[in-house]
Amino acid sequence: MIELLLSIWNLVPEALQILLIIILKVVVIAVPIMLAVAYITLAERKVIGYIQVRIGPNRVGPRGLLQPIADGLKLVLKEIIIPTNANRFLFVIAPLLALAPALACWAVIPFADGWVLADIDAGLLYVLALSSMGVYGLIIAGWASNSKYAFLGAMRSAAQMVSYEIAMGFALVGVLMAAGSMNLSAIVESQSGSFIHWFWLPLFPLFLVYFIAGLAETNRAPFDVAEGESEIVAGFHVEYSGMAFALFFLAEYANMILISILTVIMFMGGWLSPFQGIPGLEALFSFVPGIVWILAKTCFLLLLFLWFRATFPRYRYDQVMRLGWKVFIPITILWILVIGVGVMAEIGPWFD
Amino acid sequence: MMSIEPVLFYIFSTILVIAAAAVVTVRNPVYAALCLVLAFFTCAAIWLMLEAEFLALVLILVYVGAVMVLFLFVIMMLDINLARSKEGFIKYLPAGGFVALLIFIEMCIVLGPENFGIEVTGEPLKHAADYSNTKELGVTLYTQYVYPFEIAGALLLLAIVAAIALTMRKRPDSKYQDPAMQVAVRREDRVRIVKMATEKKQ
Repeated sequence: MIELLLSIWNLVPEALQILLIIILKVVVIAVPIMLAVAYITLAERKVIGYIQVRIGPNRVGPRGLLQPIADGLKLVLKEIIIPTNANRFLFVIAPLLALAPALACWAVIPFADGWVLADIDAGLLYVLALSSMGVYGLIIAGWASNSKYAFLGAMRSAAQMVSYEIAMGFALVGVLMAAGSMNLSAIVESQSGSFIHWFWLPLFPLFLVYFIAGLAETNRAPFDVAEGESEIVAGFHVEYSGMAFALFFLAEYANMILISILTVIMFMGGWLSPFQGIPGLEALFSFVPGIVWILAKTCFLLLLFLWFRATFPRYRYDQVMRLGWKVFIPITILWILVIGVGVMAEIGPWFD
Repeated sequence: MMSIEPVLFYIFSTILVIAAAAVVTVRNPVYAALCLVLAFFTCAAIWLMLEAEFLALVLILVYVGAVMVLFLFVIMMLDINLARSKEGFIKYLPAGGFVALLIFIEMCIVLGPENFGIEVTGEPLKHAADYSNTKELGVTLYTQYVYPFEIAGALLLLAIVAAIALTMRKRPDSKYQDPAMQVAVRREDRVRIVKMATEKKQ
């Protein structure tokens, strides 16, 4: 049986073989992401429920485990309403423009040593460039809806995302100075050693700035002024329904996972074990594969996303802008200078 | 077997030319801006094929991710009267057409095959897999061209400061809040608890 399959496989032209393998890898990455997105929606409702001393969804399936499937099915079956005088083409294409960059970024994410779809040297820059594309989905959605509230949401999100991208970019500059590479696998490798060697310690201000700017980039609470349901009803996606509406949420949650895993890769040692360098514990936990560590760390950061949403009230719009421009950007510029001094003086154990 | 590279090149350059033509021909300015985004994006793809991945990604990051977002931001807020903007098209056509023709001829002279043909520049070098365009650019910029680079940076900073200084005007009637003062506020400043005896029912 296996020999038969192998002989069929060998009949396929070589170029097509490479293409098929790449497509297979994409599916292996994309399908778990979509499943994770579905179950984060459940986790969000459960976690916030428990924080607010409620149970959360518990009716569909055992302990509410089938709730995301039911939600997805409901959204697929709903009608997509296109408002009168809306720009049909842009209205339909906007959710896709929001989702595509969020998924394309995953091409360069290393899940474990060597487990990466495209091991490119400019990985960090690629992620930054593609995540800056996501804002188009929001702006176009807001404009094409031909609605005041949607338009206000789009304006807010455009201004917010452009502002926080600068702080985020500067934080990444710090990481690439410390690691000496833009390749994400090399960044993880350069943190090897122990828990202390991870970049969260020497780059602590950048770590905080990056994660908080990530919250703002994904339009999550407390920075969800683009949605602002108490002020502008639901912002840019107020006119969307059914699957088109769901795509915006897929994009938002996929971006959340992306920001979390990038923070893990750049500041929390990626797939490296937290027990590395500790005698006894290192050998005890050496059987755990790298992907378990990276996913566990990512899950922790995702929990923070949900925790923040349940804890903090929404920022006022002018305060969002003040935080981005007057607080984060000066902090990052200052810390880049500090890292420059650290790298020149070869301060150990990070920069030697 | 034919290499896939020329096929990709022709696909990207066709999209680029169509998008660039659409920028100036479509009527809706929002569509024009989005066509420009597409043009930048395909241009970046062509640069990627030339092994200039740093420039390609920076093009997307700066022009697509920031500049065009702000462009769209402004265009979407304008109330564009298409009929009025087309007024006087015939009147300006000769002058505009003449300038366009002049620019076209100039570009043909400068960018023609005698200056940029494959015989002049040679075939682009193929580099090994460990070649890093980013590193190459960085080394050239910070050694050979370090003074021009720094001067350009200083000029840009000057332009930013000047642009802000020229356009900033403090309106005396607008109100500002000082977040530091808001944070530093104490309970005693805002609330006064008054103790008073309860009143007896009549």
